[in-house]
Amino acid sequence: MKKIHIALLVLIAVTIAVLISFMGTLSTYDTVQTAIKKKGKTVSIIAKLDRTHAIEYDAVNSPNHLSFFAVDSLGSSVKVIYNQPKPSNLEHSERLVLKGKMNDDHFECSEILMKCPSKYKDDMNQAKKNLQENAAATPAKNTTPQYQ
Amino acid sequence: MDYTGEHLIPGLLGHFFVTLSLVASVVATFAYFKTSRQRIESDSASWKILARGAFITEVASVFAIFGILFYIISNHFFEYKYAWQHSSRTLEVKYLLSCFWEGQEGSFLLWSMWHSVLGLILIRKAKQWEAPVMTVVSFAQVCLATMIAGIYLFNWRMGSNPFVLLRNEMDAPIFSQPDYLSLIKDGNDLNPLLQNYWMVIHPPVLFLGFASTIVPFAFAIGGLWTKKFGEWTKPALPWALFSAAVLGTGIMMGGRWAYESLNFGGYWAWDPVENASLVPWLTLIGGIHALLIYKHTGHSLRATHFLFLMTFTLVLYSTFLTRSGVLGDTSVHAFTDLGMNFQLLAFLFVFLVPAFALFAVRYKQIPHITKEEQTSSREFWMFIGSLIFFLTSVFIILATSLPVINKLFGSNFTMGEDAVFSYNRVIIFVAIILGVLTAVTQYLKYKQTDSKFFWKKITRPSIISLLIASLVLAFGNINYQDHGAGFLGAIWFAMVCSIYTVIANTAYIWLGMKGKLKLSGGSVAHVGFGFILAGILISSSKKEVLSWNTTGIFVPLGESKITGKAGENLTLVKGVPSTMANYDVTYERDSVHPQKPLWYYRIHFKSKTGNEQFTLTPNAFVNYKGNQGLMANPDAKHYWDHDIFAYITSLPDPEKNKDTSSFKPQSIKKGDTAFYSNGFYVLEDLATQTHIPAGGLAPDDKVYLATIKVFSKNNTSYTSKPFLINKGGSLFPVQDTIMSENLIFQLNNVNGNSVELGVKESNSVLQYVTLKAYKFPFINLLWAGVIIMVTGIIMSIVRRVELNKAGREIENLTL
Repeated sequence: MKKIHIALLVLIAVTIAVLISFMGTLSTYDTVQTAIKKKGKTVSIIAKLDRTHAIEYDAVNSPNHLSFFAVDSLGSSVKVIYNQPKPSNLEHSERLVLKGKMNDDHFECSEILMKCPSKYKDDMNQAKKNLQENAAATPAKNTTPQYQ
Repeated sequence: MDYTGEHLIPGLLGHFFVTLSLVASVVATFAYFKTSRQRIESDSASWKILARGAFITEVASVFAIFGILFYIISNHFFEYKYAWQHSSRTLEVKYLLSCFWEGQEGSFLLWSMWHSVLGLILIRKAKQWEAPVMTVVSFAQVCLATMIAGIYLFNWRMGSNPFVLLRNEMDAPIFSQPDYLSLIKDGNDLNPLLQNYWMVIHPPVLFLGFASTIVPFAFAIGGLWTKKFGEWTKPALPWALFSAAVLGTGIMMGGRWAYESLNFGGYWAWDPVENASLVPWLTLIGGIHALLIYKHTGHSLRATHFLFLMTFTLVLYSTFLTRSGVLGDTSVHAFTDLGMNFQLLAFLFVFLVPAFALFAVRYKQIPHITKEEQTSSREFWMFIGSLIFFLTSVFIILATSLPVINKLFGSNFTMGEDAVFSYNRVIIFVAIILGVLTAVTQYLKYKQTDSKFFWKKITRPSIISLLIASLVLAFGNINYQDHGAGFLGAIWFAMVCSIYTVIANTAYIWLGMKGKLKLSGGSVAHVGFGFILAGILISSSKKEVLSWNTTGIFVPLGESKITGKAGENLTLVKGVPSTMANYDVTYERDSVHPQKPLWYYRIHFKSKTGNEQFTLTPNAFVNYKGNQGLMANPDAKHYWDHDIFAYITSLPDPEKNKDTSSFKPQSIKKGDTAFYSNGFYVLEDLATQTHIPAGGLAPDDKVYLATIKVFSKNNTSYTSKPFLINKGGSLFPVQDTIMSENLIFQLNNVNGNSVELGVKESNSVLQYVTLKAYKFPFINLLWAGVIIMVTGIIMSIVRRVELNKAGREIENLTL
């Protein structure tokens, strides 16, 4: 066997080892229920803001404490605590990807990736809504009453 | 219905040219295919005339499409969906081009334009390789033309046409009015993040980089197809180098854009979209080195083929990743799904399958040398380097493809707690190995190296490097603690290697090339690479957060994806100096763009110890056209050895902080004292004036001016001067605000020595910005490294083109 082939095999083996150890650093997408089963492990939950509960955020007294409820597609709701300022468009978000760990009674969130309607400029449904709003906001000049 | 005010002619022309470009590229592909299949000279020549004609028609159509679309956008014809969706009337002219790359259609068009330009050059220069190479390029043009065709085949729409009308794409009530256009006052506008000058120049360069990877690919295919193995490497080498230079520049311009306009707090975040553009560059560099090995020794021709085929395939795969919407949950800036996933996958597979099938069929016939390489030879270690480039790209692309792997295998993996570190802890070792290889390998000779010769040459640069590296480590204070001593050790080691790369390659220009700079393109590029590594290592490991918040001021309106740690944001109240690291920092004033809600905040920095002072003006779009919240652009002060970099992370929310409190009326006499929540105040003086500087008062009108001294609990005192204008019997109070105490005074009435004073305490008066400030040391090493590397590659291109020309002349002489 040539030395270059030995080097090749060694490097490929190293790459595989690196990939396996990389797999070890991965987390998983979970629902609220499966996240509860994996208490203390880092997971990502795809959820929506649960609008039946209020967002608790007191900017003046505890700026680094945000708490709200998130509900996943299966309908389970969980309290989320995020030790960061409240993202400005949380109320307007359509979807949240929450990375963090499940604690006893709440989800300790370390990162929020937000999907907001305005970011979906290519989404025609949203574009339609924007267009309607724009048109409604500007009073039409020639709106003649429609007599049929 | 007859609609009024529409401009339909450009759209009709656009549709015509879209169709023409598709047809012409099909004809060009077929004709070039026939050209290269003909054995009889005259047949081949006539096919070639047809093929060239078709390709030039195609090029003209692509440019016509671009021109028409630009005309539509710059004239704000919002009846066209593309113009409405991506531009607005207020958009500055310099950003009109950016509208092209915001949408998928426009960016495909840009890609196609670069293929056209490259194709025209190939027609002039490629000689006997024109037919096979242009078959591949023309076929790629067919694929790109289908992307913007927008033709219905049965019930399936192929591609997304940029000339579709808004009213045909949407079903909204306003389209029932013939004059609907008069209701559409403005377009949707360009995403504010793209309203940055780097975003005007970065995408065209990056796309030229992507587009140019097809040339080495096409040459490799041509070689396999015509069985002229290896011959293609000569003309392909300058092209591959060109591609590496442009793609490298494009990627780093993207980094520069991220550094200047996004809030990653840096130039690289291992975002899937960034990774997708880096990976083809890695395999391309691997391919170029494999090609050089082949040129000098005859080894690794198979690897050269494989890596060039891989490069373009990875460009196509990246296109799929970033445009299919599959990255939606993992990247902040991927394109959204346009419903073209099938087509994007088809684009990938129509190149991948035939290319690798042909490679597999011909594999055995590709010449190779059975004799083993010496471990003392240059080619042995160059090959190891190429292999490492390739394996690194495998690692990065697999990690980036997690969403695809999830789709394929039904798994649900995502990046772990610290995504960036998952990459860094691997890449740091790649940097170490590549650093050493780049430093040492040039000192080895092809075939084999006499060890005495090698040590003689390399000893001095090695000792100098070690000295400099120890000085840097001893005094550079590189002390990155976030991931433990092991990682810090790796950073130190990588630092030594990158310095070694710079020194050894600089020395080689004299020791190896005898100072002939013209021949030293490779060494110059390697020096640049070393600077890049050093710049990345220092700026990342010594990045400092200046805005540590120790006072606990609140931060209400935050960014949408907060990556920093709590406490990295500092709030500055307007006019009040605060301490930030070694600076006194004051939020002085703000101003707004005349046409859009783009706010500029002047932040003054004054050094506590020296004379240094400067003003940064970070800006932010606030609630911009349906983009709730703020989108901030940083500003930076550049020094030769570091950048100070600040951006707004939070502002008072104008909606939330609506002033709900009211003025409490209070009767008070001159000299009286009263309390408020945070202290007390004294009405010191009451004056009457008959004129105010603004003027406009009649002789009977009066102005009352109160002087109020405020003493807050924390031993600061302020003076407030509210006044009251009595103009023809009507009273006009002018309030005065003490910003830092949230206190507003209003003089309601004056009666001799006694006044009725309105007092309000409100959070809404507080004008503040919350910002994050960083210090990036030696970031300029990175940018300089990129420039040096690209210069080195360009020097090599010039040299290779000259050599090829000389080679041809010799051939002509001997014939």
